[in-house]
Amino acid sequence: MADTIAMEVARYQPGEDGAPTMARYDVPLRKDWVVLDGLNYIKDEIDGTVTFRWSCRMGICGSCGMTVNGEPKLTCATFLTDYAPGPVRVEPLANFPVIRDLVVDIDDFLDKLSEVKPWIVRDEAPLSAGEYLQTPEQLEEYRQYSMCINCMLCYSACPVYGLDPEFVGPAAIALAQRYNLDSRDEGAAERLDVLIHPEGLWACTFVGDCTRVCPKHVDPAGAIQRYKLTAALDTLKHYVLPRGGR
Amino acid sequence: MSVRQTATAVRGRYQPRISLWWWLTKPSYLLFVLRELSSVFIAWFIVFLLLFVRAVYQGEGQYERFLDFAANPFVVFVNLVALAFVLLHTVTWFVLTPQALPLHLRGRRVPGGLIIASQYVGWLVVSAFVFWLVVGW
Repeated sequence: MADTIAMEVARYQPGEDGAPTMARYDVPLRKDWVVLDGLNYIKDEIDGTVTFRWSCRMGICGSCGMTVNGEPKLTCATFLTDYAPGPVRVEPLANFPVIRDLVVDIDDFLDKLSEVKPWIVRDEAPLSAGEYLQTPEQLEEYRQYSMCINCMLCYSACPVYGLDPEFVGPAAIALAQRYNLDSRDEGAAERLDVLIHPEGLWACTFVGDCTRVCPKHVDPAGAIQRYKLTAALDTLKHYVLPRGGR
Repeated sequence: MSVRQTATAVRGRYQPRISLWWWLTKPSYLLFVLRELSSVFIAWFIVFLLLFVRAVYQGEGQYERFLDFAANPFVVFVNLVALAFVLLHTVTWFVLTPQALPLHLRGRRVPGGLIIASQYVGWLVVSAFVFWLVVGW
């Protein structure tokens, strides 16, 4: 195995560069080093101005998502050796505006996330009523969708979001589904109102790449298709039983 | 998407633009676009079948004329291409079904492979029926 591997890193200085350029750095190639280790080596040893987000380095925080050789990846879980002999091309997440180097503007995603009310909507019972109980089977209904870490790799992989930034997007819809399927939640109708418009559920054409790139196996594409079925049945019920359809 | 694509910097942010050829950048995107395109050929097969039914309804002369039309090398070529797309359409949607329609039996999720396999069995049964209808054995 070679001692080093070349990393091509996208550099963009706001106000100075019209578009990102690629800079090349040689970093040590170690068996246990991930792309994020390579970036930290560059920042610590070669060029302190390289800017990127990271926090937990263990696939939990969802901060270090970047495009590695054209694929959206968590850089803390992507080993350099898998790209030997290199070079490894590291670019910011696609489909998002770039603030600087590898840092993207995530405001649009955060706005969309809050739109779908990703929390338990319920008329508060007094504390004396005790906890909301749930069986393991009820937990299993939504557990898969609760694994989302908001890393936005799915948005980066989604051509629909790239072409139409109004699209609510994979993770937000999967998280809406996570709460809809939760036996303790009563907010499904409120979320449906947000998601039933043309930029919601129906903008998804089932490309399926969101599911393929998801590091937590959430399957947002599956969640959206299931939600479409729910929405269609709900609309049908609304016509058949206009007074008590929901 | 590559950052080398043309773009404009808006208020200090670099706003990447998706290329018109985005669907050629990944095999999964290309497969998706081909799957979407396959619906055109599904529509063609339906039109072809309706023309066939009409010809049968209009009597032997029209039926013979339809057979001549169907035997035209260009029509044969179009139908072969259409068949390839229809097969692609069928297989890709079979693969996607468990994702869109998770079934539960006695509280347990039916494995995706089983749902896909049952669709193939259904396809086989319908094909056998059509074969029996047309060929007679």
